[in-house]
Amino acid sequence: MANLKLTDVEKTYGGTVQVLRDINLDIKKGELIVFVGPSGCGKSTLLRMIAGLEKITGGTLEIDGQMVNDVPPAQRGIAMVFQSYALYPHMTVRDNMSFALKIAKKSKQEIEDSVNRAAKMLQLEPYLDRLPKALSGGQRQRVAIGRSIVRDPKVYLFDEPLSNLDAALRVATRIEIAQLKESMPDSTMIYVTHDQVEAMTLATRIVVLANKGIAQVGSPLELYETPNSEFVAQFIGSPAMNLLPGEIVETGETTVVKMDGGGTARSNIATKPEDKGLKVNVGVRPEDFVESDGDYIYEGTVDITEALGEVTLLYFEAHDGDPVIGKLQGIHQGLRGNKVKMTADPGRVHLFHDGTSLLYR
Amino acid sequence: MSPVVQGIITIILGVGGCAAYFYASNLVLDKVIFPPRNDDHGRNINRANIVRPWLFVAPAIFFLGLYLVYPVVGSFFRSLYNRSGNTFIGLGNYTQMFSEEGFRVALFNNILWVIFVPASATFLGLLVAQLTDRLKWGNIAKSLIFMPMAISFVGASLIWKFVYANNPDIGIINAVRDFFGLNPIDVLQIPFWNNFFIMFILVWIQTGFAMVILSAALRGIPEETIEAAIIDGANPFQIFFKIKIPQIAPTIVVVWTTITILVLKVFDIVYAMTGGNFDTEILPSYMMDYMFRDDGRATAVAFVIMIIVTPVMVWNIVQARREMR
Repeated sequence: MANLKLTDVEKTYGGTVQVLRDINLDIKKGELIVFVGPSGCGKSTLLRMIAGLEKITGGTLEIDGQMVNDVPPAQRGIAMVFQSYALYPHMTVRDNMSFALKIAKKSKQEIEDSVNRAAKMLQLEPYLDRLPKALSGGQRQRVAIGRSIVRDPKVYLFDEPLSNLDAALRVATRIEIAQLKESMPDSTMIYVTHDQVEAMTLATRIVVLANKGIAQVGSPLELYETPNSEFVAQFIGSPAMNLLPGEIVETGETTVVKMDGGGTARSNIATKPEDKGLKVNVGVRPEDFVESDGDYIYEGTVDITEALGEVTLLYFEAHDGDPVIGKLQGIHQGLRGNKVKMTADPGRVHLFHDGTSLLYR
Repeated sequence: MSPVVQGIITIILGVGGCAAYFYASNLVLDKVIFPPRNDDHGRNINRANIVRPWLFVAPAIFFLGLYLVYPVVGSFFRSLYNRSGNTFIGLGNYTQMFSEEGFRVALFNNILWVIFVPASATFLGLLVAQLTDRLKWGNIAKSLIFMPMAISFVGASLIWKFVYANNPDIGIINAVRDFFGLNPIDVLQIPFWNNFFIMFILVWIQTGFAMVILSAALRGIPEETIEAAIIDGANPFQIFFKIKIPQIAPTIVVVWTTITILVLKVFDIVYAMTGGNFDTEILPSYMMDYMFRDDGRATAVAFVIMIIVTPVMVWNIVQARREMR
């Protein structure tokens, strides 16, 4: 299978409107890479550039060491699964799946073998002679996946494949895709989504796109535990990470921050002596907050509580901007309207200055 | 009384009459025929609701019957009578008609029209729709091609009379011939082929219609299916014939049959171009030749036309309905 390399890739429309720039990415064989980002960040555009449906206006794209910028889509060795399935409505499932092979003038026997193999893999055998309109959403999506499998591509591209499915089916199909990936350990997959859960559960590595470029690349847990910027920190994880302003008062192996709202934060992120007095944002994920009697990072009045059973969400009264959110394990009742002090394990306290993490200096 | 006042009174009477009819008929149904009273009130409400739709469609059925069904039946009976309409001659008009050379020519020509005009107009319309789809000046081209739709058949015939004129200073065909040193000819007098020169006028008019409908249909094809085909390796021709055409096939059928029905009604183009001379007669113009002279014969022709149109029309309606779903 393939490795895929993007070097300084950029996309400009009409010579003036730049939507992507400085995309450098090295995707290894067998990886499942997920592109995530806010809507309009260009993640689908990037995928379509890899597919060859959009022209690459700068930089190079290599598949297996061969530059493919100007190679037509069909010869790049890629297959794509669209959000809307894009099945040919006038063809049966069998014809949909064999279309590419017929175009490639494969022998009848070969086509039949490939289609049957893919149909078996995706449990589509009973539906081979049906038209797409006689299938459910999940079945259609499986046909779309089958259509790419029969082509035996080097790289699979998925463009938000689960967005059109209802919640229950989305979970089931997500697991199917994970199993599919497991059964084809050598195939490279690129998957675009705006759904964090899909990104966290499926990805070998996640690419967070923002502001026309790549914000951070890393394994799901790397992004969760050590985000390099406030943007990534708030984008990964739900509810988003709380950011609270403060000033560094003690440096060293453990950094101590005096919070603007009173209270003190300790973080295991090491700082140098000259950092003393630096204005920072202290980042704490809602789930890392714990109630405290003594030292606290944040103190506030609980405005709303949401009891979900397994956890309880506390929304504190906001003075300016987004409310601070705490997520406590188990059921906590009677907190509404109370003043509550929150603190967190120093290993789980992030420090940001000017939007970037002090960990990545 | 001034015509304006007359018009206003007519409108008031018409609209008021309709409103009064619907109000009164529903009132009668609910209060007199099936009153929701006593033990039967539930059943009566249901029965009234079964009858109610018929109250609303009844006027339409009545007027369609009066102006469409009655003339058809009336024409059929008229076609069984002789020229003056006082002697019953059975199928005499039909047998005599089928034995006549003129009718056979008209029938044959009409078959040519039914094959050539819808096929050419649909094909050209599809071609233009596809070719202009991505062009910057595509809309200008489309407007120009659509424009003949706004011209009456007689007007179009007059324009084409100039194009075909047997004079190199007027007609473009003969101007071209003249340029190559050939003698002018009258294309409307070339046996057999003159039919095609006349048919081309209708093709010229109807291409715009086909183009507009098919262009909309082509745009309705989901872009992703085309992109999927590109990734599957299909070339532009394969995309057009294997992905696009099958997806708009129902629309093509509707356009085709609609033009076919139109073709079976056209008489003015032939009438204006040749008056049916030089073996260019088609059934409608043949019918017009007999109208007011021999109504028995004319209604017989009308009946033949109707029998030919009906299956095409049924197919057209079936397809159009399927497309709406």
